[in-house]
Amino acid sequence: MTKNAPPARPTASPSPKQLAAIKSLLFVLALLPFARIVWLIVQQVPVEPVEFVTHGTGDWALYLLCATLAITPLRRFTGWNWLIRLRRMLGLYVFFYALMHFLTFLWADHNFDVGAMWKDVLKRPFITVGFIAFVLLLPLAATSTNAMIKRLGRRWAQLHRLIYLIAPLAILHYWWMKAGKHNFEQPIVWGTVVAVLLGLRVYWRWSRTRSPVTPRSVS
Amino acid sequence: MLFKRNPNGIDLPFPSEITPREIYEGRRKFIAQVAATAAVGSSLWELANREAFAQNAPAQKLAAARNAGLSTLEKQTSFEDATHYNNFYEFGTDKSDPAQNAHTLRTRPWTVRIEGEVKKPLTLDIDQLTKLAPLEERIYRLRCVEGWSMVIPWVGYSLANLIRQVEPTGNAKYVEFTTLADRRQMPGVGSRVLEWPYVEGLRMDEAMHPLTLLTVGMYGQVLPNQNGAPVRVVVPWKYGFKSAKSIVRIRFTDRQPRTAWNGIAPEEYGFYSNVNPNVDHPRWSQASERRIGEGGFFAPKRKTLMFNGYDQVASLYSGMDLKKYF
Repeated sequence: MTKNAPPARPTASPSPKQLAAIKSLLFVLALLPFARIVWLIVQQVPVEPVEFVTHGTGDWALYLLCATLAITPLRRFTGWNWLIRLRRMLGLYVFFYALMHFLTFLWADHNFDVGAMWKDVLKRPFITVGFIAFVLLLPLAATSTNAMIKRLGRRWAQLHRLIYLIAPLAILHYWWMKAGKHNFEQPIVWGTVVAVLLGLRVYWRWSRTRSPVTPRSVS
Repeated sequence: MLFKRNPNGIDLPFPSEITPREIYEGRRKFIAQVAATAAVGSSLWELANREAFAQNAPAQKLAAARNAGLSTLEKQTSFEDATHYNNFYEFGTDKSDPAQNAHTLRTRPWTVRIEGEVKKPLTLDIDQLTKLAPLEERIYRLRCVEGWSMVIPWVGYSLANLIRQVEPTGNAKYVEFTTLADRRQMPGVGSRVLEWPYVEGLRMDEAMHPLTLLTVGMYGQVLPNQNGAPVRVVVPWKYGFKSAKSIVRIRFTDRQPRTAWNGIAPEEYGFYSNVNPNVDHPRWSQASERRIGEGGFFAPKRKTLMFNGYDQVASLYSGMDLKKYF
C-alpha cells in the first residue's frame, strides 16, 4: 500500500482526524432539533406543548431514518465509501428520536399507565404500526456495538435488514395519522423518499442477479 | 375582477365579493405604491404590505354586557393563544398559519345572504347584522375534535334573533352556513384537504337554541381575521369545526346539508359532532382534553364533559342513539 491515495480514485477519503471532526459535527447537528424542542418547551413557546413534542420527535425520527437509508445510495453514486462510517450514528439517532416520540406518548398521553397505553396501541391501527416500528428498532439499537457486530457475524446484516420493514411501517403510521385530517401532503413527500431509497435497493439486487445471466443468454 | 362560479352555478359573485369603488381605487393606489417600493427592496415591500393591511383591520372595541347566566367562570384562555392556535384551513393547515396568513382577508365590505326556506330572505351587511340584536358577551368552553380546549369570551347574540327575522317556512329543517372561499384572500383555498367552500350545518332546533351564538367579536373587540371575522357561529356543545367562520351565506333547507368534514370523512366526523366523551374518534380517545395554556407539558388532561358541559341541550337529542348519530 502506498501512502498517497491512488490517482484513479474519484474522491479522497477524509483522514481519521477529519472523519472524527465530521462525526462530531454530525453528532451536534442531529441533536439540534431535539435541543430546539427542549428549549422552546422550557420557554413555554408552543401553545400545545404535547402536540409540539410529539410531532417534532416523530418528524425527526422519520427524517433521520431517510438520511440513514440514503447512505448506501450516496456511497454508490459518489464513491465516497467513508460515508458508511456515519451510518451507525444516524441510525442511533433514529432510535433516539423514536424513543422520545414513544416516551411522549407514554408520558403525556397516558401518564405512564402501561395498561391504558396498551389498549390504545391495540385499538388504533396507526398507533399499532407505529409501535411495531418502534419495537423493531430496539434490537437494531441493541446490536449496534462493534462487539455485537463481531459476535453476530452474517446474522447482524440480516437482522439489520429490518430497517426495510421499519421504514414503510413508519410511513404507514404517518399516513394513517394524517388521514384523520385528510392531509396527505407530507406523507406523500416522505413516502416517495422512502420508496425511492428502497426501490434503488430492489433495482440493484434485481440487476445484480440478472447480469450474470444476460451474457450467457446473449452468447 | 375574477368571478368564480358559485355553488348554485350562477356566474354572479356573492354580494360580499363585490368590491366597492373606494376599495378598489385604494387597492390600485396600493399596488402602485407597492410597485414603487418593490424597487427599493423586499423588506420595504413587506412593511408596506403589512401597514396597508393593518389599516384595513384596526382592532376595534366592541361593547357588550356579559350574559352571566350563559358564561362559565373558568379561567379564560389568553388572547394570544386564542389568536395564534387556530384551525382555519382556508389559511393553511398548520395551527400557526391562520395568524400568519389571515391578514389578507378583507372583512369590509361584507354581506351575508340569508335565503332558502324562508318567507323573508335578507341580505345584510356586517354593520346591519351587528346591530340586529343587542350584543352580549358569553364566555364559552371550546372543545376541538382534536382533543384540546379553550375558554373564550365571545361577543354576539343568539342566532335565533336572526332566524326569527327571516321567518323560516315549514320546510326549513336545517340551516347551512357557507364560509367565504376566495383564493385571492385565502391561500389555503385550493388545497385538496377539503372541498371549498367550507359548509357547516345545524338542525333547526339546534340553530334556534339560545346557546347558539352568532358571533362578531371576542375579548371585547371585533373578531380577528384568523378567528373567523367578520361573522361566525359558535355552537359550544359541539366540536369546534361545527362552528363555521367568515360566513357569507346562511341557507335554510329541508334536508341535511353536506358538511365539509362529514362529507370528506364520514366515519371520523359525524354531522352532529356533539362533544361526547363516550364516543371516540377512530384515531384518538375523546374522554379527555388538554386545556390550552394550562400548565404546559406536564399538565394532566381534563375529563371531557358530555355536551362540553352544556347539559341544557340534552333534551334536543332525547331518544336519539348518540353513538349512531355521533
